[in-house]
Amino acid sequence: MKKITRYVIVDILRNRIVLAYTLFLLIISFSVFTLEDTGEKGLLSLLNITLIIVPLVSIIFSTIYTYNSAEFIELLVSQPLKRRTIWLSLYYGLSTSLGISFLIGAGIPIILYQPTTTGFVMIGAGIMLSVIFAAIALCGAVLIRDKAKGIGISILLWLYFSLLFDGLILFILFQFDDYPLDKFMIAASAFNPIDLSRIFILLQMDASALMGYTGALFRNFFGSGAGSAIATVVLLLWIIIPAWLSVRKFERKDL
Amino acid sequence: MIIASNLTKSFGKLKALDDVSITCNKGECIALIGPNGSGKTTLIKSILGMVVPDKGFITFNGKNIHHDWEYRKDLGYMPQIGHYPENMTIEQVIKMIKNIRKQYNTVFDEELIGQFQLHKILKKRMRTLSGGTRQKVSASLAFLFNSDVLILDEPTAGLDPLSAEIFRKKINAEKQRGKLILITSHILSDLDELVTEVIYMQEGKVLFHKGIETLRQETGEERLAKAIARIMQNNKV
Repeated sequence: MKKITRYVIVDILRNRIVLAYTLFLLIISFSVFTLEDTGEKGLLSLLNITLIIVPLVSIIFSTIYTYNSAEFIELLVSQPLKRRTIWLSLYYGLSTSLGISFLIGAGIPIILYQPTTTGFVMIGAGIMLSVIFAAIALCGAVLIRDKAKGIGISILLWLYFSLLFDGLILFILFQFDDYPLDKFMIAASAFNPIDLSRIFILLQMDASALMGYTGALFRNFFGSGAGSAIATVVLLLWIIIPAWLSVRKFERKDL
Repeated sequence: MIIASNLTKSFGKLKALDDVSITCNKGECIALIGPNGSGKTTLIKSILGMVVPDKGFITFNGKNIHHDWEYRKDLGYMPQIGHYPENMTIEQVIKMIKNIRKQYNTVFDEELIGQFQLHKILKKRMRTLSGGTRQKVSASLAFLFNSDVLILDEPTAGLDPLSAEIFRKKINAEKQRGKLILITSHILSDLDELVTEVIYMQEGKVLFHKGIETLRQETGEERLAKAIARIMQNNKV
């Protein structure tokens, strides 16, 4: 497993997109922290940017990379290797390199300017989001044979998680505002890892006004401690379930 | 060594394999012949575990290969069209495969790499290679591990006459060592001196599986190409 993961990581590093992404994150983080007068504010601005960019880059890069590795996978499948090993190596390689990118690109500035609990939670959430969207990308890539279609779906998925989902929730809220929807909203937020990360970070921040509706409810319902714990568990589920589904699918796939 | 029982595989409406059963033993050199789309490659890919059959099963040395993967350590496979990571050099590809299989093999058979003059172009990237050179790489990789079973899918289609001759000699040498060799090819003249058995497939079914001597006697033809042609004309199968 380690061997193949290493080949994947070396290959990813050689194709400079991930390096460019790291550099991009570095520039944005440093500029945000130098622009805002307090570190807390800087972190908040950075939060909004990373919640858009990290999922976008993770899902699209992972999807394209997986399709481009078709030959590599085909070569490995005829060797004495478990299919599960091949697929998981690809997944580990992708999530490690994306995670490290975030750790360097956003982590270093955060540690320099805002080495608080909130800062570290944000680094953790960013890495989680990278890993989650890599898993979702693998899931899509194993289900859809056609590359163009696969990339299209991954863009749609990103759009759904970062924009459409909130719209949908608001729509439901306005349509059914006569009903008590609190618990429903809390449950609904579990279906969007981006929303969940936002709540997770803001729970640490003491910025209830910015939490949005679901965030405020979350705090009321669970309090900060239990809320964070539950958010972490659900985020972990978001890593495990798509990865497991894609492995299952890949083990039965005809190549 | 390899026994396939009642394999059936459909891709949508197309039945690529229809109740195929074959038995392959050590020391045989089997030619898998049939028109395009007759299911030869699908059969080979099922043996390799790249395609999962809908029905039926395959055993390799008495073990069912479904959910197994370790049996592939005894397999050398040369694909019809070799797909390799485009950014890697020939050397890197060979090293990587060696590295993957090093727990099963410590001695490597690099005869073909030398004879195909690949060591001169080891630094070339895979995407810059011509179709024939790719085939040479595929062939070298298939023979690298001294595997008991060699599966060659259209091995000589893109090779120049000189390389094809080198390749035939190599196959013959491996046959003498008692390995099981499975070849698909349309160039029947290439197979003449090599094969001991012929499996003829059509529309996903095995029409016959006979020893080459039986085939020669039945048709009265010495050359394989003519014998097959005779059978197809008479349709006496």
